[in-house]
Amino acid sequence: MEDKAYIRLEGITKTFGTVKANSNVSLSVKKGEIHALLGENGSGKSTLVNIMAGLYAPEAGTITIGGRERHFSSPGDAIAAGVGMVHQHFKLVEVMTAKENIILGRKEGLAVRGRELTEQIYQIGKKYGLIVNPDKKVYDMSVGEKQTVEILKMLYRGADILILDEPTAVLTPQETATLFGILRNMRAEGCAIIIITHKLNEVMEISDRVTVLRRGESVATLDTAATSPRELTELMVGRPMSLEIHRASYEGKRETLLRVKDLTAADRDGVHRLNHVSFHLHRGEILGVAGIAGSGQKELCEIIAGLDKATGGTVEYNGEMILGLSPREIIKKGVSMSFIPEDRLGMGLVAGMSIVDNVLLKSYRNNPGPFVDRKAGARLADKIIREFDISTPGKWHTVKDLSGGNIQKVLLGREIELHPQLLITAYPVRGLDIGASYNIYDTLNAQKEQGVAILFIGEDLDVLLALCDRIMVIHAGAVMDIVDAKTASKEEIGMLMLGHRPGEEAAV
Amino acid sequence: MEALELYLQTAAQMGTPILFGTLGGILCEKVGHLNLGVEGMMLLGAVCGFMAGLATGNPILAILAAGLAGAGGALIYAFITVTLQGNQNVTGLVLTTFGTGLSSFLGKDLVGQSLPDGIFAALGPKEIPVLSDIPVVGKMLFHQSPYATAGLVLAILLYFYMNRTTMGLNMRAVGENPGAADASGVNVTLYKYVHILLGGFCCGVGGAYLTLVFVPRWQDEITAGIGWIAVALVIFATWNPLKAIFGAYFFGALRGLSFVIQNMDLTLFGHKITIVSQFLDMIPYAATILVLVFITRGKRAENQAPRALGLAYFREER
Repeated sequence: MEDKAYIRLEGITKTFGTVKANSNVSLSVKKGEIHALLGENGSGKSTLVNIMAGLYAPEAGTITIGGRERHFSSPGDAIAAGVGMVHQHFKLVEVMTAKENIILGRKEGLAVRGRELTEQIYQIGKKYGLIVNPDKKVYDMSVGEKQTVEILKMLYRGADILILDEPTAVLTPQETATLFGILRNMRAEGCAIIIITHKLNEVMEISDRVTVLRRGESVATLDTAATSPRELTELMVGRPMSLEIHRASYEGKRETLLRVKDLTAADRDGVHRLNHVSFHLHRGEILGVAGIAGSGQKELCEIIAGLDKATGGTVEYNGEMILGLSPREIIKKGVSMSFIPEDRLGMGLVAGMSIVDNVLLKSYRNNPGPFVDRKAGARLADKIIREFDISTPGKWHTVKDLSGGNIQKVLLGREIELHPQLLITAYPVRGLDIGASYNIYDTLNAQKEQGVAILFIGEDLDVLLALCDRIMVIHAGAVMDIVDAKTASKEEIGMLMLGHRPGEEAAV
Repeated sequence: MEALELYLQTAAQMGTPILFGTLGGILCEKVGHLNLGVEGMMLLGAVCGFMAGLATGNPILAILAAGLAGAGGALIYAFITVTLQGNQNVTGLVLTTFGTGLSSFLGKDLVGQSLPDGIFAALGPKEIPVLSDIPVVGKMLFHQSPYATAGLVLAILLYFYMNRTTMGLNMRAVGENPGAADASGVNVTLYKYVHILLGGFCCGVGGAYLTLVFVPRWQDEITAGIGWIAVALVIFATWNPLKAIFGAYFFGALRGLSFVIQNMDLTLFGHKITIVSQFLDMIPYAATILVLVFITRGKRAENQAPRALGLAYFREER
């Protein structure tokens, strides 16, 4: 199928400060094609699509659409040329309705024409299988609905090139299946679709062709049918690597380290964030937690770490009640938490400080006296950089200038260097590429082998199933079930995440 | 009854400059910029409007000059906070200091002068037949200076602009989530500049109401803090121009209250009571604090401050 490329990028180059994000990148996508863009973190995928969407201005290179060379100086230009982008972090105005978000930035007419629009949106939706209530406010929507609005917004603008930046990262398996159905409909209608994802199985499932980026350069473009996950990984990482996630086994004594009973928490408005959560965790065990974002993961982590208050229930650590102790006392007892929030920097690290200073934040108390012993901190930082293979110009480098993966390694490294007995880690591989993710899985496995109990709050069900011993599924702050990771299926967990128990009709 | 009508009429007059200031603040904050320079822009408008009135004798030109003076102050603010992405709070405070100083300098020789009669005639109270006979609120709304009526009309127009037009939608989106607006093809910088300048225009016009109609003379710091009340009223009105009318007139009424109470003969257990005037002057400001404490506790998302209020927007920020 060698028909002409609809959108063609040639020789795209873009630098941020001293970092070359894109260097001489080429990409061409045909109409009626789903084209996957694959690459590790910092390989320049997001930069490239942001250039296509008119958000970044490239220093060199050309964009040709439908045979005409285009120059975008703003997202408005890109939209006018038919390029629509669905960003990883949705670009929606929360207090507005779906309809208002969809017509945002349109230059037709002075007055907002409500009824006509509803009809138009309904028509477009019907054509592609996108269902959303046009008058629903965005803040009332689930992640899947928000994404639907984003796609509708682009289609309403007449986009025939649709770019999706990691669209499945926040979706349940069921929502992902729906999304793929929509994308296939759009392909049938002749759209050119570019999709970024880290998940190789999704690349294999949905795409027609795939372009691999490595360190800002385009390495290869392949027909999906003629390639394999193994080959793609090799192209991406630049060396062969195994894709299997290994489940370490712990040989020591099996004793319960953490026992949580009837843990309940409510927020300021009195809404239950945790609803009688009970579970236990052994030494040398990884207990996975699966759930839609915002189902109580954050509250659970923070209450155990002493950062948040519970309204009821108990948390026993080593047979001792730790609920109500200060975070420092809990850390001293050997509990360590690393939570990677969506923006990756919001918690745990101070962006504007160096690696050494960030390491010192947790270890300075080990040195007596009123002055900070920076040498000790520097030694520890050196050790973390070496052991976790953090690529940085130096230990005095500010954290925010590192790539996302390296920032996360600094955070996890610092926690592990405290030699905890209980390690709570939420979304440790959020947004990380394959290489970096596997490093983190190995690190967690190594901790497990030493008898550390690990509470692993994850997003990717494949990973949870492969890495964990048991998986606790939560929905709206309540434990739906705790399943054995060796026997459970993805679909089963997906249903539980949505609040359906097997054999039960209604959602909670 | 007649006393109440008269009191409400005065309340509307006192509330008019506050209303203009509040509307200016709303325009600015709705595109994500907290402008603490309202007081400064009102003073600039007050002095420039008065000067233009003296020089030309034309009320329209006087009001226009006042608006442009306010917009000029806003331009400085917009350049620093939008283009240079400077700190909004500091810039706004500096604008107030600057406006206070400059207006006082410009007005040095204006103290004691009075305006040509043409302006009084044009801006004096006009009675609208029939409507002004409505009990209680008739005089307040329909027996006023056209200046005050213009404030009412402006508030209503702004409400429709913000909530019923595509431009208003874009404008609100800029203040809520400039990234989303930008990605949707809205020219964020243009929208910010236009609305900050329009906001400054409103503030300037509000200030000139004092020197052209209400007092009507120039004196140093003639606004006496109503610019600050306007900043607070933006929150009180939950960024809604229609509620701003209510808020501004309410505060106008509070200011009027001190005059009323001063002239009243209060007796308590046979003793005549006098309330210290400074204490009475304090009422509107104390009420501002109370109102801010209570009114901002609402929870509806629609009534909250624009999400991106106070944040500079830089497209390529990573």
